[in-house]
Amino acid sequence: MGLKQNLHKLKEKYKDSKMAPAFNALHTFLYTPNDTTDSGAHVRSADDLKRTMNTVILALIPCLIFGMFNAGYQHYAAIDATLRLDPLGNFFTWDNFILGAWTVLPLVIVSYAVGLGVEFIFAIIKKHEVEEGYLVTGMLVPLIVPIDIPLWMLAVAVIFGVVIGKEVFGGTGMNILNPALTIRAFLFFAYPTWMSGDKVWVHGAQAMAGQPDAISGETILGTLAANNEPVYSTWDMFWGFIPGSVGETSTFLIIIGGLFLIFTKIGSWRIMLSAVVGAIVMGLIFNGIASAGWIQESSNFYGLMSEPFWRHLIIGSAAFAIVYMATDPVTASQTNRGKWIYGFFIGFIGIMIRVFNPAYPEGFMLSILLMNVFAPTIDHYVIQGNIKKRMKRLKVKTA
Amino acid sequence: MSKDIKIKKGLTIKLKGEAEKTLSSAPRSRTFAIRPSDFHLITPKMVVREDGKVQAGDTIFYSKSNELIKFVSPVSGTLTKIERGAKRVIKEIIIEADPQDTFKDFGILSPDSSSAEAIKARLLESGCWPFIMQRPYAVVADTEQEPRDVFISSYSTAPLANEYNFSLNGKEKELQAAVTALSKLTKGQVHVGVGKGGNSPFKGLKDITLHNVSGPHPAGNVGTQINKISPVNKNEIVWTIAPQDLVIIGELLLTGKFNAERIIALSGSEVKTPKYYRTRIGSETATFLYDSGLKGENVRVISGDVLTGTKISPKGHLGYYSNTVTVIPEGDDYEFFGWTKPVFNKISTSRALTFSWLAPNKKYDLDTNTNGEHRAFVVTGVYEEVFPLDMYPMQMLKACMVKDLDAMEALGMYEVAPEDFALTEFVCVSKQPHQQIIRNGLDLMYKEIG
Repeated sequence: MGLKQNLHKLKEKYKDSKMAPAFNALHTFLYTPNDTTDSGAHVRSADDLKRTMNTVILALIPCLIFGMFNAGYQHYAAIDATLRLDPLGNFFTWDNFILGAWTVLPLVIVSYAVGLGVEFIFAIIKKHEVEEGYLVTGMLVPLIVPIDIPLWMLAVAVIFGVVIGKEVFGGTGMNILNPALTIRAFLFFAYPTWMSGDKVWVHGAQAMAGQPDAISGETILGTLAANNEPVYSTWDMFWGFIPGSVGETSTFLIIIGGLFLIFTKIGSWRIMLSAVVGAIVMGLIFNGIASAGWIQESSNFYGLMSEPFWRHLIIGSAAFAIVYMATDPVTASQTNRGKWIYGFFIGFIGIMIRVFNPAYPEGFMLSILLMNVFAPTIDHYVIQGNIKKRMKRLKVKTA
Repeated sequence: MSKDIKIKKGLTIKLKGEAEKTLSSAPRSRTFAIRPSDFHLITPKMVVREDGKVQAGDTIFYSKSNELIKFVSPVSGTLTKIERGAKRVIKEIIIEADPQDTFKDFGILSPDSSSAEAIKARLLESGCWPFIMQRPYAVVADTEQEPRDVFISSYSTAPLANEYNFSLNGKEKELQAAVTALSKLTKGQVHVGVGKGGNSPFKGLKDITLHNVSGPHPAGNVGTQINKISPVNKNEIVWTIAPQDLVIIGELLLTGKFNAERIIALSGSEVKTPKYYRTRIGSETATFLYDSGLKGENVRVISGDVLTGTKISPKGHLGYYSNTVTVIPEGDDYEFFGWTKPVFNKISTSRALTFSWLAPNKKYDLDTNTNGEHRAFVVTGVYEEVFPLDMYPMQMLKACMVKDLDAMEALGMYEVAPEDFALTEFVCVSKQPHQQIIRNGLDLMYKEIG
């Protein structure tokens, strides 16, 4: 009781001061506010934005923990390849976890500290409450970057992403581009050497480069883009015992998270389903081209084009992007019919860019950003359908 | 002739404290109040001064913009006080009641044999006109334009709403007189929506088109039924009237008296014995609140239902259009980690650690807490699940917020009233004031176009 009353007194005391948004953000973290309705509906449902965002974070936690184990595992397996003979037995070890936590947690902390810092500053300047949008972005960012990304780069990218990607549009709910992907796109175009190649996906690879005991780890997409056969089994890819961005390797856990989001009605099943369909359609087209012999085996694109369509879904960031990125309600299409179209093209274009971009063989970041831009246009035409119906009704009446 | 309307989208909010179907007479109220704010966009021009005597049915004020629209006293007595607010806006007109009512006699008017003009003139002079609302704009009906159709919903789906099949019991004669009269005022039809399978007094009346409605709330909202029966187009006007107001109109035509009697449902989790009361428009709510008894001190008294009603003080007066009074606990308290802990005692349409989906028939004791702070629109697709009208609710709200008249018109603003957005407001994750936004949008349109 004491804490509650003391905080209430502080809230009243700092009510109109400059720091009120910052204080309220911390206060409402501890206690849902005592706001009551005064107009309109006198009762309200239990859901608020914090709960919504929190649900997405819950769905991301398994990916984060798995990512920590995987960071350690990839490092030790790069040094001692025999570990890969029994991935399951050598995966969930304390050594892996400690090394992983040691490398991943700083990413999480920097992402949240910098991102929320920017949010707080903007809330104070613009005199509005701190909004919850960054809670999910802040968790997504460490999961979609290479493990050894320097923290200062991450910090710069987060500032760029939050300010240019979100705050200039007016903050949470107003942005056009997915903020987490804006951050990643910034890193990708500003520091490309840290975002692709075979030296960034395994902890220590960059630091030990050139030394006699140098290690490396290529993603499956990188291998395929070079027309080589991946060394990992399909099951390794599905469970996630492969190199890649921190949290996006385990298709299995992503499916669990996706099902959780669909069950809680927080994530749009329409977008997820249609994106999977879109990716499969594009994958089948490429498979068809490859098996019809329209493309030389020596072609740059052959490796990725001939990859079975279903395996495209479990390698790279396809699953993670479809479940956690494409479904961001602010930047996705807002109408139900629009979501089908939006999702389909994310899958379709994502695989297309992946195959045709051998220098950086992944396309989902770009396809989602592209469709973010088109989402309002899609909605516009969907809504025009409804408006036309109304106009037609009027015409029939007046005719 | 009857037709079926089945609504799929929506949400029936089940609350504790449903009114028991027994009828008591509330003690006679000492004072009565008329609040001009009940009549949206109407500026009152007073006819009776302070300390003036009135009979039940005497005009107290008329609309400044259209003096044909008169507002009459629900009771005989003395007008004791005109309470004014900022800029001398009239907030409340208080009438101290006589021990016995005397009625102004308007004379009997048979709806079957009277002309449309005679009926209209009678409704206007007797103060029954304000019961007729119009769409577009959800305001008291314009006296110039003939309505395309008239819509009446006698199906109660709002939380703890007045069950019309109970409160209209035995009023068939009055209802018949009223619907016959209304049917003469329109070239179209008088559409009445009743609950499917229920024993509605409207079944068996002539001069109406009956619709059997079923489905979750807002199936009982007249706006939902209009949208499914025949949506309002640009340049069309339809009228809507609440069933209990028909009884007053019917009684006026049959007896010549303006009898402002209301059978209200007193309900809500804070009421000790929720039940039905016979009372009058404008009565002190205390007359029945303390008869029934309240459980707590910190309560919200609502004239109307929890989704669309008006907050009043426990010593306040029944609103002009209200047929329900709901009392629920205030929610002005903090909740420790309320945003993240699992929720069992509140209603939610998601399953984000909220568990109301487990027990669809459980009745809840909701308070007035907003359960979160006001935010920009973020989540999509939630409103559509509870919004049965064929239009895009979120885009409509945004069009209203940015005052885009063209978009509002194109998206279907002529068809809606604020109450149609009560459920989207209830489920809104961003806690936006939907009904207020729509009201402001309608007002803007009325000013610029209407």
